[in-house]
Amino acid sequence: MTITIEVNGEDRQVADDTTAAALLGILGLPERGIAIAVDGAVHHRGTWNAPLADGARIDILTAVQGG
Amino acid sequence: MTPPEEVVPEGLRIGSRVYRSRLIMGTGGAANLDVLERALVASGTELTTVAMRRADSGGGPGVVDLLRRLDIDVLPNTAGCRTAAEATLTAQLAREALETDLIKLEIAGDDRTLLPDPIELLDAAVTLVDDGFVVLAYTNDDPILAARLRDCGVAAVMPLGSPIGTGLGIANPHNLEMIVASATVPIILDAGIGTASDAALAMELGCDGVLLASAVNRADDPVAMASAMSAAVYAGSLARGAGRIPKRFWAQASSPARD
Repeated sequence: MTITIEVNGEDRQVADDTTAAALLGILGLPERGIAIAVDGAVHHRGTWNAPLADGARIDILTAVQGG
Repeated sequence: MTPPEEVVPEGLRIGSRVYRSRLIMGTGGAANLDVLERALVASGTELTTVAMRRADSGGGPGVVDLLRRLDIDVLPNTAGCRTAAEATLTAQLAREALETDLIKLEIAGDDRTLLPDPIELLDAAVTLVDDGFVVLAYTNDDPILAARLRDCGVAAVMPLGSPIGTGLGIANPHNLEMIVASATVPIILDAGIGTASDAALAMELGCDGVLLASAVNRADDPVAMASAMSAAVYAGSLARGAGRIPKRFWAQASSPARD
């Protein structure tokens, strides 16, 4: 089974047991220095091992040069 | 140039942290990490801004790794946010990603001026202070708004000299003096600095610190300009402490009258 999630503005098909931690792995992103929002709310690090829901809107942020 | 202890016995106090350097540098606009590193070192800064953006790929060592290596505190900002809700979420994500409660609150009202939206700014400041953040609020040079921010518990009020990236210096020095005169938290001049004399003037007017980025990072020689800014903040701070002479309309001889 696959689900469709939106990751940083783009739709993506992933397995239905995909967690936030697994998603970072798929995207080649480190866990350190990263924050995740799901449906416009902070998805805390302690919940990164829970499966993501079908249709979830996910934003993955990191720090860049600025300000 | 780090000022000697006796010149700034208190240092720049942000919440529970105290910084000896009164210059906060931004990382935006730097050509590359190598130049940025040398400029940061030359500036003597101990606190430096970064922005939060979508992560698209792993990439190499980033700006945060550089700051950690230089033992410079990371100050995430909410640049790019237009509403209090956006800024609040960005601050919470920055706290999660960077493990800091510091946040530079910045909410632009439009793209052309990048001037702060005072309504959204105050709303977000209240929310973030309540959520335990140490808020450094980027604001218009409005003494009333500065007082409202102070009263809601921000750790520092950061009035602009002129719009971000313009290099126009301090457009309204008197507003800044009024903000300083009513201050109970540090006042940090943020935005508009073009060259060293602007930074010195900010300190002479009574600011507790200066935040700048473009003036260094977009200068022909960012490392030399970072040194100039460090010296200017130091000189301005010394001059403020020394007490300038009052301005007079007519001349006053500095030599004795002839017999």
